[in-house]
Amino acid sequence: MEIFGIPIQAMMGQLLIGLINGSFYALLSLGLAVIFGLLNIINFAHGAQYMLGAFGAYLLLNKLGLGYWGSLLVAPILVGATGVVIERTMLKPLYKLDHLYGLLLTFGLALIIQGLFRNEYGSTGLPYAIPEALQGGQNLGFMFLPNYRAWVIVASLVVCLSTWFVIEKTRLGGYLRAATENPQLVQAFGINVPRMITLTYGFGVALAALAGVMAAPIYQVSPQMGENLIIVVFAVVVIGGMGSIMGAIVTGFGLGLIEGLTKVFYPEASTTVIFVIMTIVLLIRPAGLFGTQK
Amino acid sequence: MKRNALWSLMAGLGLLAAASAQAQISGNVVKIGVMNDMSGLYADIGGPGSVVAAKMAVEDYLKATKSSLKVEVVSADHQNKPDVGSSIARKWYETDGVDMIADVPTSSVALAVNQVTKDMGKAFVNTGAASSDLTGKDCSPNTVHWLYDTWMLAHGTGSAVVKAGGDSWFFLTADYAFGHALERDTSEVVKAAGGKVLGSVKVPLGTADFSSFLLQAQSSKAKIVGLANAGGDTINSIKQAAEFGIVKGGQKLAGLLVFLPDIHGLGLNTAQGLNITEAFYWDLNDGTRAWSKRFAALHGGKYPSSDHAGVYAGVLHYLKAVDAAKTDDGAKVVAKMKELPTDDTLFGKGTVRADGRKIHPVYLFEVKKPSESKAPYDYYKVVQTIPAEQAFRPLNEGNCPLVAKK
Repeated sequence: MEIFGIPIQAMMGQLLIGLINGSFYALLSLGLAVIFGLLNIINFAHGAQYMLGAFGAYLLLNKLGLGYWGSLLVAPILVGATGVVIERTMLKPLYKLDHLYGLLLTFGLALIIQGLFRNEYGSTGLPYAIPEALQGGQNLGFMFLPNYRAWVIVASLVVCLSTWFVIEKTRLGGYLRAATENPQLVQAFGINVPRMITLTYGFGVALAALAGVMAAPIYQVSPQMGENLIIVVFAVVVIGGMGSIMGAIVTGFGLGLIEGLTKVFYPEASTTVIFVIMTIVLLIRPAGLFGTQK
Repeated sequence: MKRNALWSLMAGLGLLAAASAQAQISGNVVKIGVMNDMSGLYADIGGPGSVVAAKMAVEDYLKATKSSLKVEVVSADHQNKPDVGSSIARKWYETDGVDMIADVPTSSVALAVNQVTKDMGKAFVNTGAASSDLTGKDCSPNTVHWLYDTWMLAHGTGSAVVKAGGDSWFFLTADYAFGHALERDTSEVVKAAGGKVLGSVKVPLGTADFSSFLLQAQSSKAKIVGLANAGGDTINSIKQAAEFGIVKGGQKLAGLLVFLPDIHGLGLNTAQGLNITEAFYWDLNDGTRAWSKRFAALHGGKYPSSDHAGVYAGVLHYLKAVDAAKTDDGAKVVAKMKELPTDDTLFGKGTVRADGRKIHPVYLFEVKKPSESKAPYDYYKVVQTIPAEQAFRPLNEGNCPLVAKK
């Protein structure tokens, strides 16, 4: 059986791969959406922070001998802590100003961080091996699925859905959402709003770093690994609706699938297709698929 | 009588010209612009290392010859974009007094700079780009193509792989001038040797995830997956091919353009056994070893790629030609570069052909096993030395107009 001249077996494989790439998009756009939704900061340093996560894993392994599983926890915490410092020292004064200032600041930070790492480690990148427990793969009949990729989908889904749950369904999430609507009122209830915002930024950054650690064994750990990705991920967030958590998750996976299909039918356009979709969505629904017009 | 006067006038002019020969250097400075990818996926192959190499060449040349030339080296990042590259070239030539541009990887950018250089009558010593069109249909009296090209790669690695039984191919091709040329030249080699090309997929430059394309290669059932890409793209495709069990499944990878820094980035565990065609490796002889150690000391301990070596040797030969031609006029210097034999410690003795192609021996290497490597950067062993006359496309087959005229 064939679909548009592609055997259905091959098609299944391509869809699955799209889903894997989608899980990276989802994880990254989730962090961006959390930061934008709750802080109103357009975090252009997200790609650099993703890169920092991957480098964190590499350095933890080669300097301290800490393996993949340890890094999965420690690297995001460390990178998240740098996020907390950045929020406290640099982003805080910008909340009163236009979005543009936060965007420019984080963009500048990204360039500086990437430049420093390129100077130190070069652009070729560094190798990072797949953890032993996840080496090899399963033959699914229609494709060979590396175990590590299967793990990426599962881990990403779990992280995405629990984040969504915490923010949309718990009391803590309620405070957060309330604080974005009316910080003074929430402060009046005795909640330390500035600290909550700082930790939220740290959490968003940690999510980026987590994606970075998960990406390290698949891609080369290189200073510019987040540079191209960040543009795509922004498109994902815009399509999903700025600040919408569920929107970011669903669009992340969905666009991974669409990109995967483009790689089969018209590979030359595979890096462009997401932006074509973004244009169309913005024309029809300026607030994005899941966004609400304010 | 009248004729005599004319003759003496001309003789006088000739004398004047000879006397002022030293002054024929525009702006009294020979300015060399190193243009390449300073920050992207090709930055470790050329990048800042090429600037180091160019400066070493200038220093060595002035020291060895006691030449009175004043030489300056400037650099710029073309970001792998043809429009950026050609506007830098234009600005350099028009307002900054640059006389020669060196390096320029990324064939699409190189072809653009090739055109600008020709239009403005300057000189272009390309070492970084691969497209064999630079000395083929797009050849120019202002361009020398120093290091390697797609024809050389195809006939080096391509023939070796076909000879070893790899007679059916599927290409993962970088979707721009370089990848297209490399796929074309390799396909010709494969077909000429009786092999088949089962398909190819054009992958946008700088794609991070190759799994979809690898899956297509897998289902093509081709014996060889030819990687017509370079730099970070090659690294990612080799790494992910291992992950998806391409090699375990019985297919083989042929990296058609791989540089030493790529192997360094991949690690020998992943890269061992690859066949690679290059014109330079640091560990070939005493001369290359001594030079490479000096280079590494100036470049943060990183050993030179063949591109870095090419920039060094190309700049050296260019300066020699400037002194010999007593001018920095682009076409005249390039003509002189073709006239003078080349001789340097890195590539040995060689020539620059009428079509601009620099000729030297080329090596087919195999990447060592981790157990065979004694130190960082000890990665290659020589499988075969291809003599200069056989390593490059025969002069009459490239359709270069400069050759056809003869």
